[in-house]
Amino acid sequence: MADAIADTRRLYTKPQNLNDAYGPPSNFLEIDVSNPETVGVGRGRYTTYEVRLKTNLPIFKLKESSVRRRYSDFEWLRAELERESKVVVPPLPGKALFRQLPFRGDDGIFDDSFIEERRQGLEQFLNKVAGHPLAQNERCLHMFLQDEIVDKNYTPSKIRQA
Amino acid sequence: MSFFSFGQSAEIDVVLNDAETRKKVEHKTEDGKKDKYFLFYDGETVSGKVNVTLKNPGKRLEHHGIKIEFVGQIELYYDRGNHHEFVSLVKDLARPGEITQSQTFDFEFTHVEKPYESYTGQNVKLRYFLRATVIRRLNDINKELDIVVHTLSTYPELNSSIKMEVGIEDCLHIEFEYNKSKYHLKDVIVGKIYFLLVRIKIKHMEIDIIKRETTGTGPSVYHENDTIAKYEIMDGAPVRGESIPIRLFLAGYDLTPTMRDINKKFSVRYYLNLVLIDEEERRYFKQQVWGGKNKSISEPNAVTLSHFRTTNITWHDVLFFFINIYYKKSVI
Repeated sequence: MADAIADTRRLYTKPQNLNDAYGPPSNFLEIDVSNPETVGVGRGRYTTYEVRLKTNLPIFKLKESSVRRRYSDFEWLRAELERESKVVVPPLPGKALFRQLPFRGDDGIFDDSFIEERRQGLEQFLNKVAGHPLAQNERCLHMFLQDEIVDKNYTPSKIRQA
Repeated sequence: MSFFSFGQSAEIDVVLNDAETRKKVEHKTEDGKKDKYFLFYDGETVSGKVNVTLKNPGKRLEHHGIKIEFVGQIELYYDRGNHHEFVSLVKDLARPGEITQSQTFDFEFTHVEKPYESYTGQNVKLRYFLRATVIRRLNDINKELDIVVHTLSTYPELNSSIKMEVGIEDCLHIEFEYNKSKYHLKDVIVGKIYFLLVRIKIKHMEIDIIKRETTGTGPSVYHENDTIAKYEIMDGAPVRGESIPIRLFLAGYDLTPTMRDINKKFSVRYYLNLVLIDEEERRYFKQQVWGGKNKSISEPNAVTLSHFRTTNITWHDVLFFFINIYYKKSVI
Protein backbone atom coordinates (compact mmCIF):
# COMPACT_ATOMS: atom_id res chain seq x y z
CA MET A 1 0.00 0.00 0.00
CA ALA A 2 1.52 3.28 -1.07
CA ASP A 3 1.42 6.08 1.44
CA ALA A 4 -0.20 8.62 -0.85
CA ILE A 5 0.27 12.22 0.18
CA ALA A 6 -3.09 13.92 0.37
CA ASP A 7 -3.76 16.78 -1.99
CA THR A 8 -4.20 19.73 0.32
CA ARG A 9 -4.31 22.49 -2.24
CA ARG A 10 -7.09 25.01 -1.74
CA LEU A 11 -10.31 24.61 -3.61
CA TYR A 12 -10.89 27.00 -6.44
CA THR A 13 -12.46 30.30 -5.38
CA LYS A 14 -13.84 33.16 -7.39
CA PRO A 15 -11.84 36.34 -6.89
CA GLN A 16 -13.75 38.81 -4.75
CA ASN A 17 -15.37 41.82 -6.35
CA LEU A 18 -13.42 44.90 -5.24
CA ASN A 19 -16.59 46.78 -4.42
CA ASP A 20 -17.53 44.04 -2.02
CA ALA A 21 -14.06 43.93 -0.54
CA TYR A 22 -13.66 47.65 0.07
CA GLY A 23 -17.23 48.89 0.18
CA PRO A 24 -19.18 49.45 3.38
CA PRO A 25 -20.19 46.19 5.04
CA SER A 26 -23.87 45.20 4.82
CA ASN A 27 -24.16 44.63 8.56
CA PHE A 28 -24.12 48.20 9.83
CA LEU A 29 -26.48 48.61 12.78
CA GLU A 30 -25.93 51.10 15.58
CA ILE A 31 -28.34 51.89 18.35
CA ASP A 32 -27.77 54.58 20.95
CA VAL A 33 -29.79 55.19 24.08
CA SER A 34 -29.08 58.70 25.32
CA ASN A 35 -30.42 62.08 26.50
CA PRO A 36 -32.47 61.05 29.50
CA GLU A 37 -35.17 63.58 30.33
CA THR A 38 -37.54 63.55 33.25
CA VAL A 39 -41.03 64.68 32.31
CA GLY A 40 -44.08 65.45 34.37
CA VAL A 41 -44.44 66.70 37.94
CA GLY A 42 -44.73 65.26 41.42
CA ARG A 43 -45.64 61.61 41.66
CA GLY A 44 -46.47 61.33 37.94
CA ARG A 45 -42.89 61.92 36.89
CA TYR A 46 -41.01 59.51 34.66
CA THR A 47 -37.83 59.47 32.63
CA THR A 48 -37.64 59.07 28.86
CA TYR A 49 -34.62 58.17 26.80
CA GLU A 50 -33.78 58.94 23.20
CA VAL A 51 -33.39 55.77 21.11
CA ARG A 52 -31.45 56.57 17.97
CA LEU A 53 -30.87 54.03 15.23
CA LYS A 54 -28.55 54.08 12.23
CA THR A 55 -28.40 51.15 9.81
CA ASN A 56 -28.02 49.91 6.28
CA LEU A 57 -29.93 46.66 6.86
CA PRO A 58 -32.84 46.43 4.42
CA ILE A 59 -35.13 44.94 7.07
CA PHE A 60 -35.42 48.36 8.71
CA LYS A 61 -37.76 50.70 6.89
CA LEU A 62 -35.91 53.84 7.99
CA LYS A 63 -32.14 53.96 7.68
CA GLU A 64 -32.07 56.55 10.48
CA SER A 65 -34.62 57.06 13.20
CA SER A 66 -34.99 58.69 16.58
CA VAL A 67 -37.74 58.08 19.13
CA ARG A 68 -38.26 58.64 22.86
CA ARG A 69 -39.06 55.69 25.08
CA ARG A 70 -39.52 55.08 28.80
CA TYR A 71 -38.59 52.05 30.87
CA SER A 72 -42.07 50.49 30.73
CA ASP A 73 -41.86 50.58 26.92
CA PHE A 74 -38.72 48.47 27.15
CA GLU A 75 -40.53 46.07 29.46
CA TRP A 76 -43.36 45.82 26.96
CA LEU A 77 -40.90 45.08 24.16
CA ARG A 78 -39.19 42.38 26.15
CA ALA A 79 -42.49 40.70 27.01
CA GLU A 80 -43.65 40.82 23.39
CA LEU A 81 -40.41 39.31 22.10
CA GLU A 82 -40.47 36.54 24.68
CA ARG A 83 -43.96 35.59 23.71
CA GLU A 84 -43.83 36.02 19.95
CA SER A 85 -40.35 34.94 18.98
CA LYS A 86 -38.19 31.96 19.78
CA VAL A 87 -35.38 34.23 20.87
CA VAL A 88 -33.93 33.91 24.34
CA VAL A 89 -34.35 37.57 25.29
CA PRO A 90 -31.58 39.10 27.38
CA PRO A 91 -32.54 40.70 30.70
CA LEU A 92 -33.30 44.37 31.18
CA PRO A 93 -31.52 46.46 33.80
CA GLY A 94 -33.33 46.23 37.13
CA LYS A 95 -36.75 47.60 37.89
CA ALA A 96 -35.47 49.21 41.12
CA LEU A 97 -38.74 49.12 43.02
CA PHE A 98 -36.90 49.80 46.26
CA ARG A 99 -35.80 53.12 44.80
CA GLN A 100 -39.44 54.13 44.50
CA LEU A 101 -40.01 53.82 48.24
CA PRO A 102 -40.30 57.05 50.22
CA PHE A 103 -37.82 58.47 52.72
CA ARG A 104 -34.70 57.84 50.66
CA GLY A 105 -31.55 59.87 51.11
CA ASP A 106 -31.04 60.27 47.36
CA ASP A 107 -33.29 61.11 44.40
CA GLY A 108 -34.57 57.55 44.06
CA ILE A 109 -35.26 56.68 40.45
CA PHE A 110 -34.37 60.18 39.32
CA ASP A 111 -30.89 59.94 40.73
CA ASP A 112 -28.30 60.81 38.07
CA SER A 113 -26.07 57.80 38.65
CA PHE A 114 -29.06 55.46 38.62
CA ILE A 115 -30.34 56.92 35.37
CA GLU A 116 -26.90 56.58 33.80
CA GLU A 117 -26.63 52.94 34.91
CA ARG A 118 -30.09 52.25 33.54
CA ARG A 119 -29.29 54.02 30.28
CA GLN A 120 -26.24 51.82 29.74
CA GLY A 121 -28.22 48.68 30.47
CA LEU A 122 -30.99 49.69 28.06
CA GLU A 123 -28.45 50.42 25.33
CA GLN A 124 -26.83 47.01 25.79
CA PHE A 125 -30.22 45.35 25.78
CA LEU A 126 -31.31 46.97 22.53
CA ASN A 127 -28.07 46.29 20.69
CA LYS A 128 -28.23 42.63 21.67
CA VAL A 129 -31.84 42.24 20.69
CA ALA A 130 -31.92 44.28 17.50
CA GLY A 131 -28.99 42.32 16.06
CA HIS A 132 -30.77 38.98 16.38
CA PRO A 133 -32.07 37.78 12.99
CA LEU A 134 -35.20 36.27 14.52
CA ALA A 135 -36.00 39.35 16.60
CA GLN A 136 -35.67 41.46 13.44
CA ASN A 137 -38.69 39.60 12.05
CA GLU A 138 -40.98 40.88 14.79
CA ARG A 139 -43.31 43.81 14.21
CA CYS A 140 -43.00 44.87 17.86
CA LEU A 141 -39.27 45.50 17.54
CA HIS A 142 -39.69 47.73 14.50
CA MET A 143 -42.54 49.62 16.10
CA PHE A 144 -40.47 50.16 19.23
CA LEU A 145 -37.42 51.37 17.33
CA GLN A 146 -38.90 53.42 14.53
CA ASP A 147 -42.54 54.35 15.12
CA GLU A 148 -43.37 57.60 16.89
CA ILE A 149 -45.57 55.93 19.48
CA VAL A 150 -45.72 52.36 20.79
CA ASP A 151 -49.23 51.10 20.19
CA LYS A 152 -49.71 48.45 22.82
CA ASN A 153 -52.92 47.32 21.15
CA TYR A 154 -51.17 46.33 17.96
CA THR A 155 -51.54 42.97 16.26
CA PRO A 156 -48.35 40.97 16.57
CA SER A 157 -46.98 39.92 13.19
CA LYS A 158 -43.85 38.91 11.38
CA ILE A 159 -41.97 41.18 9.02
CA ARG A 160 -40.47 39.98 5.80
CA GLN A 161 -38.14 42.09 3.71
CA ALA A 162 -39.05 45.77 4.14
CA MET B 1 -6.07 -17.20 41.59
CA SER B 2 -6.54 -19.99 44.11
CA PHE B 3 -6.23 -18.87 47.68
CA PHE B 4 -7.89 -21.92 49.12
CA SER B 5 -6.09 -24.79 47.46
CA PHE B 6 -3.29 -26.28 49.42
CA GLY B 7 -2.60 -28.57 46.56
CA GLN B 8 -1.08 -27.79 43.24
CA SER B 9 -1.60 -24.60 41.37
CA ALA B 10 -0.39 -23.42 38.01
CA GLU B 11 0.20 -20.38 35.91
CA ILE B 12 -1.08 -20.30 32.40
CA ASP B 13 -0.07 -17.99 29.63
CA VAL B 14 -0.66 -17.63 25.91
CA VAL B 15 2.11 -16.80 23.46
CA LEU B 16 1.60 -16.21 19.76
CA ASN B 17 3.86 -17.94 17.26
CA ASP B 18 4.54 -14.76 15.33
CA ALA B 19 4.94 -12.53 18.38
CA GLU B 20 8.32 -11.32 17.09
CA THR B 21 7.12 -10.30 13.66
CA ARG B 22 3.52 -9.32 14.13
CA LYS B 23 2.75 -5.62 14.29
CA LYS B 24 1.40 -4.08 17.47
CA VAL B 25 -0.93 -1.12 17.55
CA GLU B 26 -2.14 1.24 20.24
CA HIS B 27 -5.72 0.90 21.38
CA LYS B 28 -7.63 2.78 24.03
CA THR B 29 -8.69 0.84 27.12
CA GLU B 30 -11.95 1.41 28.93
CA ASP B 31 -10.36 3.79 31.44
CA GLY B 32 -8.87 5.91 28.69
CA LYS B 33 -5.30 4.67 28.78
CA LYS B 34 -3.57 3.48 25.64
CA ASP B 35 -1.99 0.05 25.44
CA LYS B 36 -0.32 -1.92 22.67
CA TYR B 37 -1.86 -5.05 21.26
CA PHE B 38 -1.11 -7.47 18.44
CA LEU B 39 -2.87 -6.49 15.23
CA PHE B 40 -4.90 -8.99 13.22
CA TYR B 41 -6.99 -8.78 10.10
CA ASP B 42 -10.03 -10.71 8.98
CA GLY B 43 -9.17 -14.19 7.73
CA GLU B 44 -5.75 -14.39 9.35
CA THR B 45 -4.79 -17.49 11.27
CA VAL B 46 -4.25 -17.15 15.01
CA SER B 47 -1.74 -19.68 16.26
CA GLY B 48 0.48 -20.03 19.27
CA LYS B 49 1.28 -21.94 22.39
CA VAL B 50 -0.35 -22.24 25.79
CA ASN B 51 2.21 -22.68 28.59
CA VAL B 52 0.97 -24.30 31.77
CA THR B 53 3.62 -23.83 34.49
CA LEU B 54 3.20 -25.72 37.72
CA LYS B 55 3.80 -23.65 40.84
CA ASN B 56 4.99 -26.56 42.93
CA PRO B 57 7.11 -28.78 40.72
CA GLY B 58 6.70 -32.40 41.58
CA LYS B 59 3.06 -32.20 42.70
CA ARG B 60 0.39 -33.21 40.21
CA LEU B 61 -2.26 -30.86 38.90
CA GLU B 62 -5.66 -32.48 38.51
CA HIS B 63 -8.00 -30.86 36.00
CA HIS B 64 -11.22 -31.38 34.07
CA GLY B 65 -9.75 -30.32 30.75
CA ILE B 66 -7.58 -27.63 29.21
CA LYS B 67 -8.91 -25.56 26.35
CA ILE B 68 -8.30 -22.41 24.41
CA GLU B 69 -10.99 -20.17 22.98
CA PHE B 70 -10.98 -17.39 20.42
CA VAL B 71 -13.78 -14.96 21.20
CA GLY B 72 -15.12 -11.87 19.53
CA GLN B 73 -17.73 -10.12 21.63
CA ILE B 74 -19.71 -6.94 22.13
CA GLU B 75 -20.17 -5.64 25.66
CA LEU B 76 -22.75 -2.97 26.41
CA TYR B 77 -21.66 -1.18 29.57
CA TYR B 78 -25.20 -0.86 30.89
CA ASP B 79 -25.77 -4.57 30.43
CA ARG B 80 -22.49 -6.13 31.50
CA GLY B 81 -23.93 -9.52 32.30
CA ASN B 82 -24.82 -10.19 28.68
CA HIS B 83 -21.89 -10.48 26.34
CA HIS B 84 -22.90 -10.83 22.74
CA GLU B 85 -20.44 -13.22 21.17
CA PHE B 86 -20.33 -13.02 17.42
CA VAL B 87 -17.23 -15.22 17.09
CA SER B 88 -16.64 -18.18 19.39
CA LEU B 89 -14.15 -20.91 18.59
CA VAL B 90 -12.79 -23.56 20.94
CA LYS B 91 -9.89 -25.95 20.75
CA ASP B 92 -9.48 -28.64 23.38
CA LEU B 93 -5.87 -28.95 24.39
CA ALA B 94 -6.08 -31.71 26.94
CA ARG B 95 -8.77 -34.12 28.06
CA PRO B 96 -9.65 -34.28 31.81
CA GLY B 97 -6.74 -35.80 33.69
CA GLU B 98 -3.66 -34.61 35.39
CA ILE B 99 -0.39 -32.89 34.63
CA THR B 100 2.78 -33.87 36.45
CA GLN B 101 5.10 -31.33 34.97
CA SER B 102 4.90 -27.95 33.24
CA GLN B 103 3.65 -28.38 29.71
CA THR B 104 3.19 -26.47 26.50
CA PHE B 105 0.26 -26.98 24.14
CA ASP B 106 0.16 -25.82 20.54
CA PHE B 107 -2.99 -24.36 19.05
CA GLU B 108 -4.10 -22.94 15.73
CA PHE B 109 -7.31 -21.21 14.73
CA THR B 110 -7.13 -21.27 10.96
CA HIS B 111 -8.36 -18.39 8.85
CA VAL B 112 -10.49 -16.91 11.62
CA GLU B 113 -13.30 -14.65 10.58
CA LYS B 114 -13.03 -11.27 12.27
CA PRO B 115 -15.86 -9.30 10.73
CA TYR B 116 -15.73 -6.13 12.81
CA GLU B 117 -13.12 -3.67 13.99
CA SER B 118 -12.12 -3.56 17.67
CA TYR B 119 -13.78 -0.61 19.36
CA THR B 120 -13.69 0.83 22.86
CA GLY B 121 -16.28 3.52 23.34
CA GLN B 122 -18.32 5.43 25.89
CA ASN B 123 -21.06 2.86 26.29
CA VAL B 124 -19.97 -0.16 24.35
CA LYS B 125 -16.89 -2.21 23.70
CA LEU B 126 -16.13 -4.68 20.93
CA ARG B 127 -13.14 -6.86 21.58
CA TYR B 128 -11.38 -9.99 20.45
CA PHE B 129 -9.33 -12.18 22.77
CA LEU B 130 -7.82 -15.60 23.31
CA ARG B 131 -8.75 -17.29 26.56
CA ALA B 132 -6.86 -20.33 27.80
CA THR B 133 -8.51 -22.26 30.64
CA VAL B 134 -7.53 -25.07 32.93
CA ILE B 135 -10.92 -26.34 34.09
CA ARG B 136 -11.05 -27.47 37.71
CA ARG B 137 -13.73 -28.49 40.15
CA LEU B 138 -13.76 -25.39 42.29
CA ASN B 139 -12.01 -22.69 40.35
CA ASP B 140 -10.67 -22.52 36.84
CA ILE B 141 -7.28 -21.11 36.02
CA ASN B 142 -7.50 -18.88 33.00
CA LYS B 143 -5.67 -16.21 31.09
CA GLU B 144 -6.89 -13.83 28.43
CA LEU B 145 -4.84 -12.27 25.69
CA ASP B 146 -6.55 -9.32 24.01
CA ILE B 147 -5.87 -8.62 20.38
CA VAL B 148 -6.92 -5.76 18.17
CA VAL B 149 -8.59 -6.21 14.79
CA HIS B 150 -8.65 -3.60 12.06
CA THR B 151 -11.02 -3.81 9.14
CA LEU B 152 -9.88 -2.99 5.65
CA SER B 153 -11.86 -1.22 3.00
CA THR B 154 -11.33 -0.46 -0.61
CA TYR B 155 -10.68 3.08 -1.67
CA PRO B 156 -14.08 4.30 -2.82
CA GLU B 157 -14.51 4.58 -6.57
CA LEU B 158 -16.94 7.41 -6.23
CA ASN B 159 -16.04 10.04 -3.69
CA SER B 160 -17.97 13.13 -4.67
CA SER B 161 -17.51 16.48 -3.07
CA ILE B 162 -20.17 18.07 -0.93
CA LYS B 163 -21.51 21.49 -1.76
CA MET B 164 -24.40 23.19 -0.02
CA GLU B 165 -25.88 26.64 0.31
CA VAL B 166 -27.27 27.39 3.75
CA GLY B 167 -28.24 30.37 5.80
CA ILE B 168 -30.98 32.59 7.10
CA GLU B 169 -33.24 34.32 4.60
CA ASP B 170 -32.04 37.88 3.84
CA CYS B 171 -29.57 37.76 6.68
CA LEU B 172 -26.74 35.29 6.11
CA HIS B 173 -26.06 33.12 3.09
CA ILE B 174 -23.03 30.89 2.88
CA GLU B 175 -21.99 28.15 0.56
CA PHE B 176 -19.81 25.44 2.02
CA GLU B 177 -17.88 22.90 0.05
CA TYR B 178 -15.83 19.90 1.16
CA ASN B 179 -13.61 18.08 -1.30
CA LYS B 180 -14.87 14.58 -0.46
CA SER B 181 -17.72 12.81 1.27
CA LYS B 182 -15.62 9.88 2.43
CA TYR B 183 -12.41 10.38 4.30
CA HIS B 184 -9.91 7.98 5.75
CA LEU B 185 -8.40 8.36 9.19
CA LYS B 186 -5.21 10.04 8.02
CA ASP B 187 -6.90 12.18 5.44
CA VAL B 188 -7.19 15.94 5.16
CA ILE B 189 -10.50 17.74 4.88
CA VAL B 190 -10.06 20.43 2.25
CA GLY B 191 -12.92 22.81 1.76
CA LYS B 192 -14.10 26.36 1.72
CA ILE B 193 -16.81 28.60 3.05
CA TYR B 194 -18.00 31.24 0.61
CA PHE B 195 -19.99 34.19 1.92
CA LEU B 196 -22.84 35.25 -0.35
CA LEU B 197 -24.61 37.59 2.05
CA VAL B 198 -23.48 38.88 5.42
CA ARG B 199 -25.91 41.07 7.34
CA ILE B 200 -24.81 40.03 10.79
CA LYS B 201 -21.64 40.91 12.67
CA ILE B 202 -19.62 37.71 12.66
CA LYS B 203 -16.74 37.39 15.09
CA HIS B 204 -15.31 34.00 14.19
CA MET B 205 -16.07 30.63 12.66
CA GLU B 206 -15.12 27.10 13.59
CA ILE B 207 -15.57 23.51 12.55
CA ASP B 208 -16.44 20.91 15.14
CA ILE B 209 -16.06 17.16 14.70
CA ILE B 210 -18.81 15.37 16.59
CA LYS B 211 -18.72 11.65 17.30
CA ARG B 212 -22.03 9.97 17.91
CA GLU B 213 -22.17 6.54 19.48
CA THR B 214 -25.56 4.87 19.27
CA THR B 215 -26.33 1.83 21.40
CA GLY B 216 -29.50 -0.17 21.81
CA THR B 217 -32.39 -0.70 19.45
CA GLY B 218 -36.00 0.34 19.08
CA PRO B 219 -37.40 2.35 21.98
CA SER B 220 -34.26 2.05 24.08
CA VAL B 221 -31.91 3.71 21.64
CA TYR B 222 -29.24 5.83 23.32
CA HIS B 223 -27.11 8.39 21.54
CA GLU B 224 -23.96 9.71 23.10
CA ASN B 225 -22.47 12.75 21.41
CA ASP B 226 -18.92 13.79 21.97
CA THR B 227 -17.17 16.81 20.49
CA ILE B 228 -13.86 15.39 19.34
CA ALA B 229 -12.47 18.61 17.97
CA LYS B 230 -13.10 22.32 17.65
CA TYR B 231 -11.03 23.93 14.97
CA GLU B 232 -11.18 27.66 14.34
CA ILE B 233 -11.07 28.47 10.64
CA MET B 234 -11.76 32.19 10.69
CA ASP B 235 -11.14 35.05 13.10
CA GLY B 236 -12.73 38.37 12.22
CA ALA B 237 -15.67 39.70 10.25
CA PRO B 238 -16.13 38.50 6.67
CA VAL B 239 -17.96 40.37 3.93
CA ARG B 240 -19.76 39.29 0.77
CA GLY B 241 -17.59 37.52 -1.76
CA GLU B 242 -14.99 36.34 0.72
CA SER B 243 -13.87 32.75 0.72
CA ILE B 244 -12.44 31.08 3.79
CA PRO B 245 -10.31 27.97 3.19
CA ILE B 246 -10.52 24.84 5.32
CA ARG B 247 -7.67 22.42 5.79
CA LEU B 248 -8.26 20.02 8.65
CA PHE B 249 -5.76 17.19 9.20
CA LEU B 250 -7.63 14.23 10.68
CA ALA B 251 -4.55 12.33 11.81
CA GLY B 252 -4.31 14.63 14.80
CA TYR B 253 -7.59 13.47 16.28
CA ASP B 254 -8.70 10.34 18.07
CA LEU B 255 -10.99 8.88 15.41
CA THR B 256 -12.29 5.42 14.58
CA PRO B 257 -13.90 4.22 11.37
CA THR B 258 -17.59 4.85 10.92
CA MET B 259 -19.37 1.73 12.17
CA ARG B 260 -22.87 1.09 10.95
CA ASP B 261 -25.19 -1.08 13.01
CA ILE B 262 -22.52 -3.53 14.13
CA ASN B 263 -24.14 -6.88 14.77
CA LYS B 264 -27.32 -4.85 15.26
CA LYS B 265 -25.91 -3.62 18.56
CA PHE B 266 -24.26 -0.22 18.02
CA SER B 267 -23.18 2.40 15.54
CA VAL B 268 -20.50 5.05 15.47
CA ARG B 269 -20.87 8.02 13.15
CA TYR B 270 -19.12 11.31 12.70
CA TYR B 271 -20.48 14.69 11.78
CA LEU B 272 -18.97 18.00 10.87
CA ASN B 273 -20.59 21.03 12.44
CA LEU B 274 -19.97 24.40 10.92
CA VAL B 275 -20.46 27.08 13.58
CA LEU B 276 -20.39 30.84 13.16
CA ILE B 277 -20.32 33.10 16.21
CA ASP B 278 -21.38 36.74 16.12
CA GLU B 279 -20.41 39.64 18.33
CA GLU B 280 -23.17 38.88 20.81
CA GLU B 281 -21.89 35.29 21.17
CA ARG B 282 -24.83 33.94 19.18
CA ARG B 283 -23.99 30.68 17.46
CA TYR B 284 -25.17 29.99 13.93
CA PHE B 285 -24.75 26.42 12.89
CA LYS B 286 -25.65 24.03 10.16
CA GLN B 287 -28.32 22.00 11.86
CA GLN B 288 -27.69 18.31 12.17
CA VAL B 289 -30.70 16.07 11.75
CA TRP B 290 -30.40 13.74 14.74
CA GLY B 291 -32.04 10.35 14.21
CA GLY B 292 -34.61 11.65 11.76
CA LYS B 293 -36.14 14.18 14.13
CA ASN B 294 -35.60 17.87 13.47
CA LYS B 295 -34.31 18.73 16.89
CA SER B 296 -32.25 21.87 17.21
CA ILE B 297 -29.24 21.69 19.44
CA SER B 298 -30.41 22.92 22.81
CA GLU B 299 -28.37 26.04 23.23
CA PRO B 300 -29.95 29.23 24.44
CA ASN B 301 -28.28 31.44 21.89
CA ALA B 302 -28.41 29.28 18.80
CA VAL B 303 -29.80 30.08 15.37
CA THR B 304 -30.04 27.28 12.86
CA LEU B 305 -29.06 27.71 9.27
CA SER B 306 -31.50 26.03 6.95
CA HIS B 307 -30.40 24.77 3.63
CA PHE B 308 -31.51 26.50 0.47
CA ARG B 309 -30.14 24.75 -2.53
CA THR B 310 -28.18 21.62 -2.96
CA THR B 311 -25.76 21.49 -5.78
CA ASN B 312 -24.08 18.14 -5.41
CA ILE B 313 -25.49 16.01 -2.67
CA THR B 314 -28.69 14.37 -1.57
CA TRP B 315 -28.39 14.28 2.20
CA HIS B 316 -28.62 16.97 4.87
CA ASP B 317 -25.86 15.94 7.20
CA VAL B 318 -22.31 16.11 6.17
CA LEU B 319 -21.63 12.43 6.72
CA PHE B 320 -18.15 11.10 6.78
CA PHE B 321 -17.27 7.53 6.25
CA PHE B 322 -13.86 6.76 7.58
CA ILE B 323 -11.91 3.84 6.30
CA ASN B 324 -8.71 2.64 7.81
CA ILE B 325 -6.51 1.64 4.95
CA TYR B 326 -7.01 2.07 1.26
CA TYR B 327 -6.79 -1.31 -0.37
CA LYS B 328 -8.38 -4.56 0.47
CA LYS B 329 -5.89 -7.24 1.29
CA SER B 330 -6.70 -10.57 -0.25
CA VAL B 331 -5.90 -13.25 2.28
CA ILE B 332 -5.52 -16.77 1.00
